[in-house]
Amino acid sequence: MLRLVLPALGLAMILFGLLRNEHLTVWAKAITICLECVGIG
Amino acid sequence: MVDMRAWVQLISVFMWNPLMGNFISGHIYRGKLKQICIPALNCYSCPGAIGSCPLGSLQTVLADPFYNWSFYVVGWLVVFGSFLGRWICGWICPFGMLQEWLYKAPFVKLALPQWMRWSKYLILLVFVIWIPLAGARTLGLGVPAFCKYICPAGTLEAGLPLVGLVPGLQAAIGSLFVLKMTILFAVIVVSFMIFRPFCRVLCPLGAIYGLFNRVSWYHYKCDRELCAGCGTCANQCRMNVDPAREANSPECIRCGDCLQKCPQGALSAVYGFNSKTEAIGNE
Repeated sequence: MLRLVLPALGLAMILFGLLRNEHLTVWAKAITICLECVGIG
Repeated sequence: MVDMRAWVQLISVFMWNPLMGNFISGHIYRGKLKQICIPALNCYSCPGAIGSCPLGSLQTVLADPFYNWSFYVVGWLVVFGSFLGRWICGWICPFGMLQEWLYKAPFVKLALPQWMRWSKYLILLVFVIWIPLAGARTLGLGVPAFCKYICPAGTLEAGLPLVGLVPGLQAAIGSLFVLKMTILFAVIVVSFMIFRPFCRVLCPLGAIYGLFNRVSWYHYKCDRELCAGCGTCANQCRMNVDPAREANSPECIRCGDCLQKCPQGALSAVYGFNSKTEAIGNE
């Protein structure tokens, strides 16, 4: 049962996140050089 | 199976990082594919990357005071984990592959104390969740602390190539870069002696996927009627798992070594949502 519920829950969370425009926050971070990742800032 | 896994690991490096020309130009990809999280630990500032690292993405959203939680990134993690669990670590993680290849070098081999496996959960809670969230709530902007203070994959995939290619970044190098280089160097050196030390001790993504191992569509089964209790599977497991006792341990990265080496053929890999799904093979 859990094997069916979890993927559905994950998809629902992705859709809810899309409605909140979280993907745009991820995008904005990912398309500029991440200074933290690089070890600068 | 082991050889096939090595090929899949190698292909995954180019699957997550197909833009090799950027390693010459020093640019990073800025297209819309970066709105999508990939399953593996692969820095989105790597010049070749076309997708977003789920750990970096999670910290970014948590560090934004506009959000209290990231449904989007956690949703991706739940989907990936539900279908594949830590198969992702064993088969399609570039940084896991690197450690594994280093371990193949002839060098003194050491065992990792079992208690050290718990540290990755602490790192997940403190560096990936708590520090970014607390910073957003108290200071107005959180810090992606795992990326900033620990992640050796980011240092290797983004830090080294970009600092080497972009003069402006070279001028900005400071103590933080030294810290991250030291961590990367330590992980590389220890990888010669201990199998996948970063995955077992430090990786929060492995900690997350490990929680799904018991309920993921891809999982292992041990046939109690066939198992002779010889201990062959546990003795050869480089992740220090006893598959006969705990076939779906959070530490198992699904490398498949135990399936191959079980003399009774008692261990098998299964894919499906039904616990009675037919095994897909033990070779």
